Amino acid sequence: MKPPRWSHWIALPAALMVWTALSSVLDASVLPTPLTVGDRLWSALQSGELLHHLGITLRRVLVSFALAMALGTLLGVWMGRSRLVNAVLDPLLVLFLNLPALVTIILLYVWFGLIEVAAVMAVVINKVPSVAVTLREGARSLDPKLEQMARVYRFDRRQWLLDLWLPQLFPYLMAATRGGLSLIWKIVLVVELLGRSDGIGFQLHLAFQVFDVAGILAYSLAFIAVVQLIELAILQPLERRAGAWRTAGVAHA
Amino acid sequence: MLELALTGEGAHPLLGRIVAQVSPGERLCLLGPSGVGKTTLLNAIAGLDPRVPGAAIRRRPALRIGYLFQEHRLLPWRSVRQNLAMVGAEASRIDCLLEQVGLCDAGDALPDQLSLGMARRAALARCLAVEPELLLLDEPFASLDGERARQMRRLIAEVLAAQPRMAMICVTHDPGDAEALASRVWYLDGKPATLQRDLRMSAGLLRSGG
Repeated sequence: MKPPRWSHWIALPAALMVWTALSSVLDASVLPTPLTVGDRLWSALQSGELLHHLGITLRRVLVSFALAMALGTLLGVWMGRSRLVNAVLDPLLVLFLNLPALVTIILLYVWFGLIEVAAVMAVVINKVPSVAVTLREGARSLDPKLEQMARVYRFDRRQWLLDLWLPQLFPYLMAATRGGLSLIWKIVLVVELLGRSDGIGFQLHLAFQVFDVAGILAYSLAFIAVVQLIELAILQPLERRAGAWRTAGVAHA
Repeated sequence: MLELALTGEGAHPLLGRIVAQVSPGERLCLLGPSGVGKTTLLNAIAGLDPRVPGAAIRRRPALRIGYLFQEHRLLPWRSVRQNLAMVGAEASRIDCLLEQVGLCDAGDALPDQLSLGMARRAALARCLAVEPELLLLDEPFASLDGERARQMRRLIAEVLAAQPRMAMICVTHDPGDAEALASRVWYLDGKPATLQRDLRMSAGLLRSGG
């Protein structure tokens, strides 16, 4: 059953009310009121500062996301399809999976300098293993009976990928995308904080130096809003369209 | 067009020595107790069993095979029409095929929206879409009720009558199917399974072959 519309509008307003209540008790430098943060957001938006840094961070997120998804999908599907490849690469995957993001970032900055390529590479290295693990699971769940069918009817490479594998891998790609976006933008902020002179992470760094809590909250909320927008405008409609066939038999039977 | 030369010396757990030939237009029913390896042999013939060495199954080069699996094995995320197009049927021919199997109105349905009998007929339409020279049927009447099974048997008989050069190998456990459809019967038994009997049937007379 579909939950009623209003059910989506409970948690966030409640959180806002708690925030307002707390901020009236606490000192303004510790927790500013939502109104103060809103003001800050508005002035940063008008000065063009917010959009500038938001755009730069968003570009870093999208580039590293695309690279991480592509590499992780290739690696994961390869490992899921071949036991030999899996046996060879699995120890390496576990190692990278448990390598702290901070270590990768520091090492890459030390080795390559405080440059854009090192920043993006650090994020990609952090994300590829978890995409690979998810897609490996997907590749293992591919239906062997449908593959027999595809072999008998001589599917070509394109049909094999787009008609046979992609629809089966789609939920795993969505899971990797969801987890990916939220994890990647958090890592991008750390990367920016440690070694870039623009982007939301850099702005947070500046705000941190003067304990400007209102600035920190304003910039974080702005980016959370962007990620939420991506979820609502792109991911959810995509999922609804691609998943329609799953419920086809249920209504009938 | 098809030559089986399984020696039984390999390490295949189910298939023993099976040596036989199939010519165009032959209608074979493959009988035997359940679990003996009938489907395994059918898969081997279709080239789907990696444990069977390539030399053991000699198919005429580029032999067109239509395989009706026990399950429909249509892509559940594509409509029946798209499933037929996927194996190379042209748009105009798809309508003919759907009409032939009595599914004129179901072209745009997804496979899981169809009943078992309809889905199996849709899968049969896909077999026919490749204009097969060899038609492989795995228990085509299993789990259908009496009327649906009769309908399916009639449909397959029509298909066979319309294409006299097409060979058929049909796995079944019902000797009645063999009587209705086959010109030759293989009986598979033992572990590993061997060809116990190879009977050619003509005009009601049974004479032993191979």
